[in-house]
Amino acid sequence: MTDVHDHDTAAVPAVPDPIADPGLPEHQWRPTDVDDKAEKRAERQVASFFGLSALFTVLFLVSYFALDVEDDWTIVAGFGASTMALGTCLGLALMFIGIGVIHWSRKLMADHEIVEMRHPARSSDEDREASLAALSTGGAESGIGRRPLIRNSMLGAVGLLGLPAVVMLRDLGPLPGDALEHTIWGQGGKTVDGTTVPLMRVARDAIGTPILASDLEIGDLVNAQPEVLFNPERYLVDPEDVEGINLQVHKSKASLILLRMDPADIKPGRTADGGSRENWSVNGIVAYSKICTHVGCPISLNERTTHHLLCPCHQSTFDLADSGKVVFGPAGRPLPQLPLAVDDEGYLVAQSDFDEPVGPSFWERDYYDRF
Amino acid sequence: MVLLVGLLLTGGLYAAFSPAQADSATAADEELIQEGRELFLVGCAFCHGQNGEGVLTQGGSQYGPALTDVGAAAVDFQVGTGRMPMAQPGSQAPRKEVVYSDAEIEALAAFVDSLGTGPAIPDEELYSTEGMDEDELEELVVRGGQIFLANCTACHNFEGSGGAMPRGGYAPKIRGVDSKHIYEAMLTGPQSMDTFSDGNIPPEDKKAVIAYLNTLDEQPGYGGFSFGSLGPVSEGITAWLIGLGVPVAFAIWIAAHTTRSSKKKDEAQA
Repeated sequence: MTDVHDHDTAAVPAVPDPIADPGLPEHQWRPTDVDDKAEKRAERQVASFFGLSALFTVLFLVSYFALDVEDDWTIVAGFGASTMALGTCLGLALMFIGIGVIHWSRKLMADHEIVEMRHPARSSDEDREASLAALSTGGAESGIGRRPLIRNSMLGAVGLLGLPAVVMLRDLGPLPGDALEHTIWGQGGKTVDGTTVPLMRVARDAIGTPILASDLEIGDLVNAQPEVLFNPERYLVDPEDVEGINLQVHKSKASLILLRMDPADIKPGRTADGGSRENWSVNGIVAYSKICTHVGCPISLNERTTHHLLCPCHQSTFDLADSGKVVFGPAGRPLPQLPLAVDDEGYLVAQSDFDEPVGPSFWERDYYDRF
Repeated sequence: MVLLVGLLLTGGLYAAFSPAQADSATAADEELIQEGRELFLVGCAFCHGQNGEGVLTQGGSQYGPALTDVGAAAVDFQVGTGRMPMAQPGSQAPRKEVVYSDAEIEALAAFVDSLGTGPAIPDEELYSTEGMDEDELEELVVRGGQIFLANCTACHNFEGSGGAMPRGGYAPKIRGVDSKHIYEAMLTGPQSMDTFSDGNIPPEDKKAVIAYLNTLDEQPGYGGFSFGSLGPVSEGITAWLIGLGVPVAFAIWIAAHTTRSSKKKDEAQA
């Protein structure tokens, strides 16, 4: 006892074992232990559970062959006859085996009360000495200490076996190269075979038509794609490059959120070289990557009144009036912004590609502060 | 009661002091607008201001936003779905029983329309698919489905069942809603919704989206309960609470009791 508790100890009488150990209460038997009839009844119950299980197994087999998956989609509360019958029968067959076993062990298996003392987990001293002796005998007999040549060559051989595992990682896929740094927006303005490609127009997703800057009203949100995906010839791109898997790859990087807000609401950020992003918007129309910078979900849950864009996967929220700043959630970087302009015919175009990689972070990527 | 007195008072004062409006509309329109203004002063002006100019809270945010440029479509949607008048201020105006009659809504819409610019109530031919043959309709529905997936599913869910939005808001369920109201919602962007003006999604594509939405309820549901078609949230809650909870409760129940007898076991038997 510490000093602090000294006054408490006075209340405890200095009698050894003031209350006699009452011992364990007398064991109470189950009805099945003392009554033959109860025992017989429990036996029949257990057997019935197993019998029910067998019955449902047979019913499962019957319904597998008797009911057609194609037919009767809507019967039995709309679940479909086959699915419903197979699931119910197999589930009940398994459950009745479980219930039968539990019932058996609780009613009929021996009902002893067992005390199991706790022992130290440590091995006895003799066992430990014997193990150590065996180990050193083995070391001495193999001569591993006396033959460094064998020991070192073995360690080298085993160690080298790690390399194939590392090298085989290379087979996981082609190296990304600089594909993560660029999107197909950069195709606009390039020179292909001496011809200058026109700047990439912004097109409505699914509809495919380019967007006039004058089309949009304040409050409009457009889910947009680069026009090359709908009209590859105009941008001197082989149509096969924007089909099938290629189309998915381009969409996964180039998808765009286009928003028109009151120009007074926009707080232009900085560009990579420290300039202003003032000329990145057109009459309050701004464009941001649709790919979340956290783990790359496509985002378009925008609140018109706040310009906050919410990612449905992990609730990262970006302020689209403030250079895509993260205002909530796990995303580590703001959304990349696409610099916009208007071409001769009044259509919205991208001035260039994104000036940073879109989507989730990766080791080698650069970041610049835009606020 | 206080609210009612306030409304009547402001309405009465306004009626007493407001100058007569000069308008070039016809006499019938003028009458409708006048009727709408009287309704507006009683039911709407408390939050939206006597001339629909909006009322700011002390914090500077909108108590009731300005209605000067929302147009007749916004009124027809908000009042026609019962969202307005709101029962109480909050982050979301829920859909509820419609308070005004069709004639009153028309008058309110005419008055708000006269305050400024904004979209008109769409004609039925803009959203009705009547008279289309089956192939045309199917093509329209497929196109509408693609536009729906690109533009609407993020907030309103892949089946139009709605979903949660920040700070207590939500995107409502849009199945089983009047075609006209869907069209008006796209045009005007109710509450926090973005607008999808005719320059954003052209009228024929809006019609396609509505045609697609109208087919959603006819889709057969394969594979068991849909749990409101809300996806992993409702399915996860059901799996964790019921799918795991019931077996755990059953296991606890089955292990909790064993009947014991007061009889002693015969020593000879033991």
